[in-house]
Amino acid sequence: MAISRDEVLHVAALARLELSDEEADRFTEQLGAILEAVSKVSELDLGDVEPLSHPLDLVNVWADDEPRPSLPLEAALGNAGEDEDGHFRVPPTGMTRES
Amino acid sequence: MAEWEPVVGLEIHVQLKTRTKMFCRCESGFGAEPNTRTCPVCLGHPGTLPVPNAAAVEWTVKLGLALGCEIAGHALFHRKHYSYPDLAKGYQISQYDVPLCANGRFLVPGPDGDREIGIVRAHLEEDAAKNVHVGGAGGRIGGAAHTLVDYNRGGTPLVEIVTQPDLRSADEAKRFLQLLRQTIVELGISDAEMEKGTLRADANVSVRPRGADELRTRTELKNMNSFTYIARGIEAEVARQIEVWDSGGKVVQQTYDYHPETDALTVRRTKEEAEDYRYLPDPDLVPVEPPAELVERLRAEVPEAPGARIRRLEPQLGFELAEGLVASGRDRLYERTPGERRAVANVVMNQLAGAGIDPDAVDGDELGQLVEARDRIPRAAFLEALAHAGDPDFRAERYLAEAAVADVSELEPIVDDVLAAHPDEAAAYRRGKQGLLGFFVGQVMKRTQGKADAKVVNELLREKLSA
Repeated sequence: MAISRDEVLHVAALARLELSDEEADRFTEQLGAILEAVSKVSELDLGDVEPLSHPLDLVNVWADDEPRPSLPLEAALGNAGEDEDGHFRVPPTGMTRES
Repeated sequence: MAEWEPVVGLEIHVQLKTRTKMFCRCESGFGAEPNTRTCPVCLGHPGTLPVPNAAAVEWTVKLGLALGCEIAGHALFHRKHYSYPDLAKGYQISQYDVPLCANGRFLVPGPDGDREIGIVRAHLEEDAAKNVHVGGAGGRIGGAAHTLVDYNRGGTPLVEIVTQPDLRSADEAKRFLQLLRQTIVELGISDAEMEKGTLRADANVSVRPRGADELRTRTELKNMNSFTYIARGIEAEVARQIEVWDSGGKVVQQTYDYHPETDALTVRRTKEEAEDYRYLPDPDLVPVEPPAELVERLRAEVPEAPGARIRRLEPQLGFELAEGLVASGRDRLYERTPGERRAVANVVMNQLAGAGIDPDAVDGDELGQLVEARDRIPRAAFLEALAHAGDPDFRAERYLAEAAVADVSELEPIVDDVLAAHPDEAAAYRRGKQGLLGFFVGQVMKRTQGKADAKVVNELLREKLSA
């Protein structure tokens, strides 16, 4: 398998996802299949090929620093599970973020 | 006991004052009602695409040039993943192995000579949203009942600057930051105010036996929002580490918060998981390749570096005054004001600063006339003139016409009155409390609305008090 069950559980933990045993098994198999398919690329000799970060042959796509209207507050909060005083309300965050 | 040397590197975040955010055109900046400067892009809605802010890219290149960096011919934006509500997308757009600016050097003159501080990199990223933790025991984050998120700040352009561990004292770190701040302000790209969080700095601190070139385990210091607190935080951490090593212990790699009120350092709770940000090139963003002509235009716009200016002014003014003028952005006014150099420097650095005048608004020639006349005109007139020195139509001439009252026959009765009104102070002076002279001078100035010639008043008082 191209990915271990432990790696799947590790990535799930980083994404704050709780997986059942059955899900962990299933995702290990599915992700493994995807990684295996992609790894076929490594069978080719790509020594002279520059790394590609983007498939489009474009650089410097940017916009002028001119403000455009933001969303009305009701729309901004429209998809929020809960809101309070104009804020998104989320469960307590249990740790200090490292940045 | 071994003699220890601090080894300090800084990681600085600068919030750019572009009109709009980094990857969408929501307005940037403080003061709006929560979540009123958001859109589907900065709220991380599926199917939206980020578009970089051209001004933010230019300003980052400009800052990189001011820091002596090489500008990348080809730079990428990466996704840095972590799950926390201050990131709507589940990742922050940042830069990773190919930042816009790298390998710079920044000159920091000191009282004992110059230091060149290496700049590892300066890269562009987006700021996170603001979390407010509500309820819970003692307001501690871990005990919060819930968290409220304001995404207005989310997506604001930030430049992250990382230095080499080249700083050798808390004082040097502070001096570096002050000159860096001055550079940023002069480039016009950020207000760079630590109190407001538009300039933030974390310090990586370790110590080693003086003269060694090893790098020992370092700790990270956070939560310091002024230049003074940063210096004090570094001092406290250096002292702690020296104690650990001297007592046979080992410094452990940890993150500390510095609490300026108590001078205490507390260990920050960290994740159990090792850092694992799973960086990948953001497929939503194409590479940035700053055109050579843009880089050259920006290079021409970078003002002379503060360190070079200090070095230039030092021979005439001494280090302290030269640094003070440059670090506070007053040296340009000093340079365009004619007159005796130290007198001009002192007025610009002390009295004008005390009056809260914007140095950029002052006409140097007019100020020069005022400085030249400062001992001839009444102190009150001089101070009043200074208070107006920043006015658009300020002319020194009308203040120069006023002459100080130096006539003894006019001042003597006032001096007598003052002494008669304060017999206790006069007696105390005669018993040896000579410091009271200033008090009497002040009283005479008060009664003459500051028009008395200070030198004459001093002589009169001395004469009468020793009689």
